[in-house]
Amino acid sequence: MVLVLLCLIIAAINRNFLTFGNFVRVSQDTAIPLVLGLGETFIILMGSIDLSVEGVLTLAAVILSMTVLNGMNDNDFGVFAVLLVLAVGALVGFANGLVHVRLRVPSFMATLGSWFIGVGIANALLGGMAIRINDPWIRGLAIQRVFGFPWGVWLALACLGIAYVIQSHTRLGRYIYALGGGEELAALSGISAPSVRIAAFTLAGVFYAVGGVLAAAQLGLGNAQIGAGRLFTTVTAVVVGGTALSGGEGGVLQTFVGVLIVSVLSNGMVLMGVPPSVQIGLQGLMIIGAVALSIDRKRMRIVK
Amino acid sequence: MNESADAAISMIGIEKRFPGVHALKGVSIEIRRREVVGLIGENGAGKSTLMKILSGVYQPDSGQIFIAGQRTRIDNAADANRKGIGMVFQEQSLLTNLTVGENIYLGAEAQFTKFGLVRWRELYAAAARQLEKVKVDVDPRTPADELSFVARQMVELAKALTLEEHAEGHLVILLDEPTSVLERGEIDILFARVRALKSRASFVFVSHRLDEVLQLADRLYVMKDGEVVAELTSAEADVAKLHRLMVGRTLHADYYYEPLQKPFQDRVVLEASGLAFDKAYRDVSFTLHAGEILGVAGVIGSGREELTRTLAGFAPQTAGTLRVGDREVSLKTPADAVDHGIGYIPRERRVEGLVLFLPVSANITLADLASLTHYGLIDASEERRLAKEWVSRLQVRTPTIQTLCLNLSGGNQQKVVLAKWLNAKARILILDHPTRGLDVGAKQEVYELIRALTGEGLAIILTSDTLEETIGMSHTLLVMRDGVITHRAAASRGAKPQQIDLIGYMV
Repeated sequence: MVLVLLCLIIAAINRNFLTFGNFVRVSQDTAIPLVLGLGETFIILMGSIDLSVEGVLTLAAVILSMTVLNGMNDNDFGVFAVLLVLAVGALVGFANGLVHVRLRVPSFMATLGSWFIGVGIANALLGGMAIRINDPWIRGLAIQRVFGFPWGVWLALACLGIAYVIQSHTRLGRYIYALGGGEELAALSGISAPSVRIAAFTLAGVFYAVGGVLAAAQLGLGNAQIGAGRLFTTVTAVVVGGTALSGGEGGVLQTFVGVLIVSVLSNGMVLMGVPPSVQIGLQGLMIIGAVALSIDRKRMRIVK
Repeated sequence: MNESADAAISMIGIEKRFPGVHALKGVSIEIRRREVVGLIGENGAGKSTLMKILSGVYQPDSGQIFIAGQRTRIDNAADANRKGIGMVFQEQSLLTNLTVGENIYLGAEAQFTKFGLVRWRELYAAAARQLEKVKVDVDPRTPADELSFVARQMVELAKALTLEEHAEGHLVILLDEPTSVLERGEIDILFARVRALKSRASFVFVSHRLDEVLQLADRLYVMKDGEVVAELTSAEADVAKLHRLMVGRTLHADYYYEPLQKPFQDRVVLEASGLAFDKAYRDVSFTLHAGEILGVAGVIGSGREELTRTLAGFAPQTAGTLRVGDREVSLKTPADAVDHGIGYIPRERRVEGLVLFLPVSANITLADLASLTHYGLIDASEERRLAKEWVSRLQVRTPTIQTLCLNLSGGNQQKVVLAKWLNAKARILILDHPTRGLDVGAKQEVYELIRALTGEGLAIILTSDTLEETIGMSHTLLVMRDGVITHRAAASRGAKPQQIDLIGYMV
């Protein structure tokens, strides 16, 4: 609803919005936040929060740029580099989960820490440089198009499909909802809450790593600033979509809508010539508004 | 409806609908000054909804509310307080991280405030006076989480009584199941206080314990399916008559379905020998057979709560052995217990028994998703089939299997919890106060269900609020006192021990 309304308003103000070229541009802008948002959705559904998005993404992008055909060394591992990067994402997520569950560190702090550790390692690997990616296959993710859309967009949609299946048709998905609804209770039903938490953080890490691959492909290089500002967009998208921060309600389809709202809005602002500083402020307003709204919605749910 | 002159509050033609439920169908009640009004009815009859309207939590869809003859509306709980309506709810509403005194004057600190600072000395002195009213001997500086549930309930009453000092008009206090967690002695104190306060306030008393309602109330309203079906004075009523009015059927002579109690099998499913847990209990040995209901009786502090927790996997025993079937097991977590076919039905159903935001179907399959999962995916059609099967077998009253458990009544929620364990093929169920907070009709359905399940070989360990229920349901009784078993008794059909004989071993 909000999304359709937003599109109509922007279209009314700027006719360029409805062109196919712009549609493709919006979809390109959407791909990375979507993949990141999918991972974050699972965490927020449990009632936790994951701040390591930028750390994992940066680390993934930098390692990818160093292991595929690149402008710095002689590596050329191609698809294996991608697998390596996904494994790194899983590892960081796993570590997040382990620290959170075993050391009983709140997820907020555990992932705040790994955010900076991730960016720190990426910086150390690079030593302040940026590495150009020469692998045609990786570059193709952003450039080569199928049915008018870049490969990256299709990849993001595939991730959405996978995330939906995990959410709705696997035990992990069901248990994530159960944990969000009440951890004591989940334990009573024989669910191992620690395992579910670790699995969810690991899964989220993989999604962030996919985001890192897409980001590196889009930029054509790996540098330490590649993740900047993405955490904010991610959490905004999940929350705007309607996943409750208290856990237990929402889902990846809502996040998809949330991501679209965020990117349509920023695209619209660009088209309308809104200065970047104002754009950032408006995004801040949006996240606060979304939380305010989601609380209202939740109260209605209980009232019925 | 004609309105009498001394009505403190009248509600006329109150209507309330929720999705799928017509909760109140034109309900009219009147609360007169200086009287205790009893409100009874089965779960889902609309009592709670009516109370929530009166306390400002819900707004009626239509109907009128008069306070002291003036048409009014109650916008929220604070508004209800201003209008002299106080509440003591069954669910504890004290903030456990604050002190007793802070809780009593929560939101009303302004009267103790000078230049923006709270004068704690005055607040605590005032709180002590409130506690005196309910005859609770605790320091108001005690954190609420250090009090027993019993004492917390009394603090809640003290909190409601503060309203008489600054509310406009006549005070009406709603008591929603205030006795469900109280011991006999405390119930007497509570009732005595309520009677003493009748000169200053009216009370609405909601309870499932009909004898208590009869004992305390002057006048009664009986609700059924969202309507008031009878209004009568306590003098006109007796327990059997109220049962008839509430459930539309007479109370069975065999309340606990004793004729359905079949002898248990020879097969031992659980064997405990020499169990101990810290200082809570020791030397606990027993055997549990397939089809047997083993009732554990004992007062608070007897060790039976801890024993239950050990068997459910929350508190592994510190000594002794536990065998399930013919294998020695160690239950370190609830998950271990589940793996060995032990299901635990907790007393805090709404908190620990169900995921309220998940649908009925997902709750039923929650403890056994593994067998529904093929190649990592949950078989959705099989899940629907199972859920439908259990819903019809246990007669869970729910609009659809996709309805969120949030929207079911207590008895039906309990059936969903049972269905969850039956679906997980539990062979041993630990029932921890399984009928707490349920009304007569729902209780009986649970009893009947338990009988049917044990008839099929399920073994049950039962702890219960009343000794009568424990004796009535069980095949075998264990009585505990100060952490040891003081008495064992058979309770076979037609040869049940008397309560009085067991009490001697309990205290």
